[in-house]
Amino acid sequence: MPELEQLQRAALKAIEESPDVSVLDQHRVDYLGKKGSLTERLKMLGQLPAAERPTAGAAINRVKAVLQAAIAGRRQSLEQAGLEDKQKAEAIDVTLPGRQVELGSLHPVTKVLERIEQFFASIGYEVVEGPEIEDDYHNFEALNIPRHHPARAMHDTFYLSDSLLLRTHTSPVQVRVMEARKPPYRIICPGRVFRVDTPDPSHLPMFHQVEGLLIDESSSFADLKGTIVEFLRVFFENNDLQVRFRPSYFPFTEPSAEVDVQCVNCLGEGHCRVCGSTGWLEIMGSGMVHPNVLEMSGIDSEKYTGFAFGMGPDRLAMLRYGVSDLRYFIDNDLRFLEQFS
Amino acid sequence: MKFSERWLREFVDPDLSTQALVDQLTMAGLEVDGVEPVAAALQGVVVGEIVAVNAHENADKLLVCTVDGGQGLQQVVCGAPNARVGIKVPYATIGAKLEDFKIKKAKLRGVESFGMLCSERELGLSDNHDGLMELPLEADNGMDIVDYLTLDDTCIEVDLTPNRGDCLGIKGIARETGLLNNLDLKITQVTAVKSIIEDIFPVHLDCPQTCPRFVGRIIRDVDLSVPSPLWLQEKLRRSGIRSIDSVVDVTNFVMLELNQPMHAYDLDRLDGGITVRLSKRGEQMTLLDGSSVELLEDTTLITDKSGPVGMAGIMGGDRTAVSTETKNIFLEAAFFTPLGVAGKARSYGMHTDACHRFERGVDYHGQVDAIERASALLLSIGGGKAGPTVDVSDQAQLPVKAAVKLRSSRVRRVLGTEIASTEIENILGRLDFPYSRIGTDDDVCWEVLSPSHRFDIAIEADLIEEVSRVYGYNNLPVTTPVSALRMLEAPEAAVKQFSMKKLLAARGYHEAITYSFVDEDLQGLLNSNDLAARLKNPLSADMAVMRTSLWSGLLKSAAYNQNRQQSRVRLFELGMVFRQSGETLCMESLVQELRISGLITGRRRPENWAETDAEVDFYDLKGDVEYLLGSDHAQEYEFHPCEHPALQTGQSARVLRNGNEVGYLGLLNSQVQARFDLRSPCYLFEFGVSEIGSRTVPQVNEVSRFPEIRRDIAVIVDSSIASSELRQVVTSNAGAFFHKLKLFDVYVGKGIENNSKSIGMGLTFQHPSRTLKDEEVNSAMEQIVTVMKTELNAKLRD
Repeated sequence: MPELEQLQRAALKAIEESPDVSVLDQHRVDYLGKKGSLTERLKMLGQLPAAERPTAGAAINRVKAVLQAAIAGRRQSLEQAGLEDKQKAEAIDVTLPGRQVELGSLHPVTKVLERIEQFFASIGYEVVEGPEIEDDYHNFEALNIPRHHPARAMHDTFYLSDSLLLRTHTSPVQVRVMEARKPPYRIICPGRVFRVDTPDPSHLPMFHQVEGLLIDESSSFADLKGTIVEFLRVFFENNDLQVRFRPSYFPFTEPSAEVDVQCVNCLGEGHCRVCGSTGWLEIMGSGMVHPNVLEMSGIDSEKYTGFAFGMGPDRLAMLRYGVSDLRYFIDNDLRFLEQFS
Repeated sequence: MKFSERWLREFVDPDLSTQALVDQLTMAGLEVDGVEPVAAALQGVVVGEIVAVNAHENADKLLVCTVDGGQGLQQVVCGAPNARVGIKVPYATIGAKLEDFKIKKAKLRGVESFGMLCSERELGLSDNHDGLMELPLEADNGMDIVDYLTLDDTCIEVDLTPNRGDCLGIKGIARETGLLNNLDLKITQVTAVKSIIEDIFPVHLDCPQTCPRFVGRIIRDVDLSVPSPLWLQEKLRRSGIRSIDSVVDVTNFVMLELNQPMHAYDLDRLDGGITVRLSKRGEQMTLLDGSSVELLEDTTLITDKSGPVGMAGIMGGDRTAVSTETKNIFLEAAFFTPLGVAGKARSYGMHTDACHRFERGVDYHGQVDAIERASALLLSIGGGKAGPTVDVSDQAQLPVKAAVKLRSSRVRRVLGTEIASTEIENILGRLDFPYSRIGTDDDVCWEVLSPSHRFDIAIEADLIEEVSRVYGYNNLPVTTPVSALRMLEAPEAAVKQFSMKKLLAARGYHEAITYSFVDEDLQGLLNSNDLAARLKNPLSADMAVMRTSLWSGLLKSAAYNQNRQQSRVRLFELGMVFRQSGETLCMESLVQELRISGLITGRRRPENWAETDAEVDFYDLKGDVEYLLGSDHAQEYEFHPCEHPALQTGQSARVLRNGNEVGYLGLLNSQVQARFDLRSPCYLFEFGVSEIGSRTVPQVNEVSRFPEIRRDIAVIVDSSIASSELRQVVTSNAGAFFHKLKLFDVYVGKGIENNSKSIGMGLTFQHPSRTLKDEEVNSAMEQIVTVMKTELNAKLRD
């Protein structure tokens, strides 16, 4: 049947040359559709003698299968090509930066304060805040620092009047707690404090302090040591960090201790600008609450003992983040702050 | 307190290196602040005598000296004004090493010079470079200067806490060193000087409560032209005190050695006897340093018939001061009580070595020793005849040491460990604290007295500190406190300060910390209503008043950043503001409250390729504010247009929560922007932290399982109608099945009449338990349109 072969050849050529899917579809309809030329031939099989029909039918069906396969193949390759074109057309530069929802930042001192609060909250310390403008009684008198006490010279104070001042430490918050509540308590008092100091790399007239206070019927100096050593080790994430306690003097504690921590920069190796090559950093003051302080706030100093400690989050932030100049903390330079995003 | 290590070792000499010694002092509570050699490292500097001086042929200001340095005569060119024949000076020979250079043979203006004659500064002894350092004439030529001046010594500076006034003298430091090393002092007694003359000078104590003891002595025929011996000058120098004359030097020396401030009067200028009394307001006197003082009430004065001759324990007067003409002196060593002196100097703006010591307390039994020590030294220097030492005291007013009880049980309780009774007694003994043991073996107790040089032992805790200090803080155990477990309260409705900060940081704000005291004028621009509390002693005029708002700090920080090429600024601060609510300043009239405040300026987003560079506007700020306020804002908060001194009217809002004012937000007005030197418009908000610091704990509504029906409409209203009014009218007339309203469009411009705006809204309806019918929604929509028309004159947009 040369006719059939001719048809197949022509159809295959047309399929192969179809430029797109719609032309291909048209060819499919033309050859294989209800009125397609191959379908017509199948319909005409009935006109053939019965003996020829099977052979002829088989031949047509073979051609049909060939064309169907060719159409499917052509369709796939056309679709593939189309996809490629689409991808090409829609390609973007994936190396461009994405749309930012940029983050702000918490101040480094806030970051330190949050960690301090977390550590102490985890062992049941409550956070208490108090006024920044204080009266002389709570800032000094109630802390066993009467007027004209030489220790007042250690607190260069901003005054608003003879009796009102900017608190020089957050210890007055402890006094307010002791006046208001009965022991036992465990509290920390974070906040701003003020001293008359001209800004320089290691002084600011305004800085922060966290005071801690624990009062109960059994606390001891050994507990104070334990609390501070543990705090410093978790804060600096160094379980071997050396801590030493030096006798010192604060009017509101007795015994009093200055706490030095092994230099976190040189770890005691020396030749270090952070510790001045001493290997130690003065990090906080501490002591057993002075009986006079307890009594002045109406607490029985025979029944209760307690310890207190005070630290500077600004200094801790300097050590923790390698900040060399305190004034960075008050300049609010975005190029500095962004580093804490 | 700064002192020479050698001086200390004259009193007590433990077998310790300098480093070990200072570490020991530090760990005992006498914090060593500085350790430095008393001189530069010197080699080849010897005692040289100038035996001849000739003019330099080429230079007027230079001299050619012939120097005997012990090994023959050498020619040295020198320019010092005091170079002259006969003096002995430090002579750096050829090859000598001074601090930073080596001496070589040199030609100065054509004349050869073999070495250098030195000033104190050149030896690293002091800053004195006025001329050559003159050595005593008995110094041996050629002797190494390091040996001669005992320069292999260290200056130790101890930063003493106020309770340890007893260590403001070498003897005190030595006592401490001795007890730490279990050594006795090598020098304990002061030898009395025999009186040769009978003269005594009358002293009357009129205010024994502030001056209970005054010890005096006359010394006649003192020769002030004889300088203090080198060893004495050197000791003073190593304590940071310059030599003046023998009388001043000796009184300073005794103060440094025995911690007893002294004073010497020119006896011939004293008029009649001495009375120690309290000042009357308005009295005048001229002090040693030439300054005139108008006295306040109740300053203890040393007076004679003509008036004040000294402010007790602070400074002597000018009228009776010792001078080069002085022949006869009257020496004073008194005990002024700490309370009598405390704060007095400061009230005159003064601080002296004497008042520093008296305020902290000096040994009230040490006055006679001080007089004897000073007399002996003075007589040995400039000769003279001493009268008898007269001790005028009021025993009843001298401090009384009460026995302090120390219980071993309390030691255990406070320190958290047992210290053996024998150990405690050993420590008390080393401290020189007399004690007697009382109580049973179960609870050993002591009655302890403290010596007259200690003013810091009043109660048991003070003794516990002494015991633990000497025992060693670092020898005490380290324990974990044991306490009843108790949960902390944490109200769910409360928004923590850290949470607020994190919300803003998540919106791109950086946290600032600015000063709590600000410039009064700038603050006045921002907040003219609130009365600011004023500092009496501000650091500077721009830090003079307490802030009533956080805005001035944020605006200054924004300007700071703009001046550093940062045009896009987003900052916030959480901190206290202060205002005075009454005329008189007192705790009750002060309002101190926490606020949270934010500022944005510049581009909406950081510069990027994907968006055009839109600048922030009011709605950027408001979006941040709504984010901060949380989901409550729709129900509880209202934003009302307002007028505010710092904000531009029409772009500022007052925020109410349940009808109460909680804060402001808006655009900084252009005048204020200019005053803060800001280049671009700034948007600001400020809220009270406690006012916005609570949220509602959710109580959920059932979620309907039936479909929502949404209808969109656009209406045209007068542009003065606030969207909140429209929302109010719609939601209150939308019927029972109304669910929510979304405002999706606000349009002004072409197709809309002037002074009108088009607002597009999507309204959603839903029934909790069945599917709504179209007719139900249609009738609700008709109702809404009708009411909008009657109440707001709103027209449906075509």
